[in-house]
Amino acid sequence: MNRSRWRHGALALVILLAATLLPAAPPAQPAVILATTTSTQDSGLLDDLLPLFEKQSGYAVKTIAVGSGQAIAMGRRGEADVLLVHSPEAEEALLADGAGIRRRIVMHNDFVLLGPPGDPAGVSKRGALEGFQRIAKTRSLFLSRGDHSGTHAQELKLWKAAGITAEGQPWYQETGQGMGQTLAVASEKKAYTLSDRGTYLAMRRNISLIILHEGDPTLRNVYHVIEVNPMRFPKVNGAGARAFADFLVSKVVQKRIKEFGIGLYGSPLFFPDADVPNVDAGRR
Amino acid sequence: MDLIWEGLRKALELLLTLDPEVLRITLLSLKVSGLATLLSVILGLGLALGVALNEFPGKRLVIALLNTGMGLPPVVVGLFVTVLLWRNGPLGFLGILYTPAAIILAQAVIATPIVAGLGLAAFQHLPPGLRLQILSLGATRTQMVWMLLREARLPLLAAVMAGFGGVISEVGASIMVGGNLKGSTRVLTTATVMETSRGNFDVAFALSFILLLLTFGVNALLTHLQQRERPR
Repeated sequence: MNRSRWRHGALALVILLAATLLPAAPPAQPAVILATTTSTQDSGLLDDLLPLFEKQSGYAVKTIAVGSGQAIAMGRRGEADVLLVHSPEAEEALLADGAGIRRRIVMHNDFVLLGPPGDPAGVSKRGALEGFQRIAKTRSLFLSRGDHSGTHAQELKLWKAAGITAEGQPWYQETGQGMGQTLAVASEKKAYTLSDRGTYLAMRRNISLIILHEGDPTLRNVYHVIEVNPMRFPKVNGAGARAFADFLVSKVVQKRIKEFGIGLYGSPLFFPDADVPNVDAGRR
Repeated sequence: MDLIWEGLRKALELLLTLDPEVLRITLLSLKVSGLATLLSVILGLGLALGVALNEFPGKRLVIALLNTGMGLPPVVVGLFVTVLLWRNGPLGFLGILYTPAAIILAQAVIATPIVAGLGLAAFQHLPPGLRLQILSLGATRTQMVWMLLREARLPLLAAVMAGFGGVISEVGASIMVGGNLKGSTRVLTTATVMETSRGNFDVAFALSFILLLLTFGVNALLTHLQQRERPR
């Protein structure tokens, strides 16, 4: 056996390995880590907006799409630079804690209460809260995200408003997964569930669930952008975070958000709010 | 069922048109998992040789730990590596979280015990007198190790295939430490998860077929190497 040939081969492999592990070239500007919810990624909105931001600002964006709960937890530890999330109570706690700053409203869409075709429990008859009460009364299967996402937080709030303790009931099941997966499970099990409209529209052709409640004021789903406090966490890219947040609320991008999805789904998925005066008054 | 056929058709279409995004994802999967396997072979076989050639107290415990490591859950590895690589974490100064290097690191952690455990079994399966026989013929220690590697190459290549199979197919660690970033850390498994959650089942199936094809190609190559000079 030719040993020197093997030695050369091994050497070449080690060099190749080292070359891959080293960062290619130090980037001109540090990347911006955006922690956000799955709905902004799964709907395709970020794929539409990010290339524009990267071109305009020169920052590369690293999007970590997780539930709002995890996104806010990353912000609390200074492991993300900027958050785009929809879990108002948890957001306010983050600001009160001082880890997040400059919370600004970006857009909204709405939650929809979904159920099997024919609505056997009669959930759609009255208002949304009465719908939740009907589910509990008829003990119809309800699938919860159960993952501390913004949608999960909203769902828990609605149960509470309806005066029902759903957790622990045999008809109440938690998937612990993202919206898309939860919709697929709910569809297979002919269950009721709460979803954001964007994911439902994107999944609609593959599932058999229908909208039973929409447009109710209790079903509003608001997205805020929050910068992580660079005074608290020195490693946070404060300038990049500020640039991204300013970008999201700029006129051009707000118009783009308004038009997004019309071509693909026939209706907009998100409604821009940044130029609505005083909608977020009283909050920072 | 129709979705599976649709997926097959889509896979062919993406491959034949050389879709740049799919090509990039496929090459990245191959590169990341290939390098992780290479690292795990260097570390794992070194570990296996060290344990096989030496007697020391607690050897059985070490072997039991290696064998347990063969079942390390990728999500557990992903969680540990993520927290270690956080910029405020102990290895944060490396700045490799959400880069391909982080995935290589996590996958190497997953594959090393697999290669080490199976490699150790391969060495221990060699005839016990072989080592003494080689040394008595005047071989140096390096030559002896080399001959052991040659003698055990059939099960050792199986160990390499098991290691590669373990990491090319895992998704839990890749998505956590890589972040599934488009154009940077999106590999075949994380892209499949994402397309599934987007409801694009046809694309998800297409990516699955490409992953199976890639795994088959790599294993066919390794099997060819393994069977070429099979001891008779």
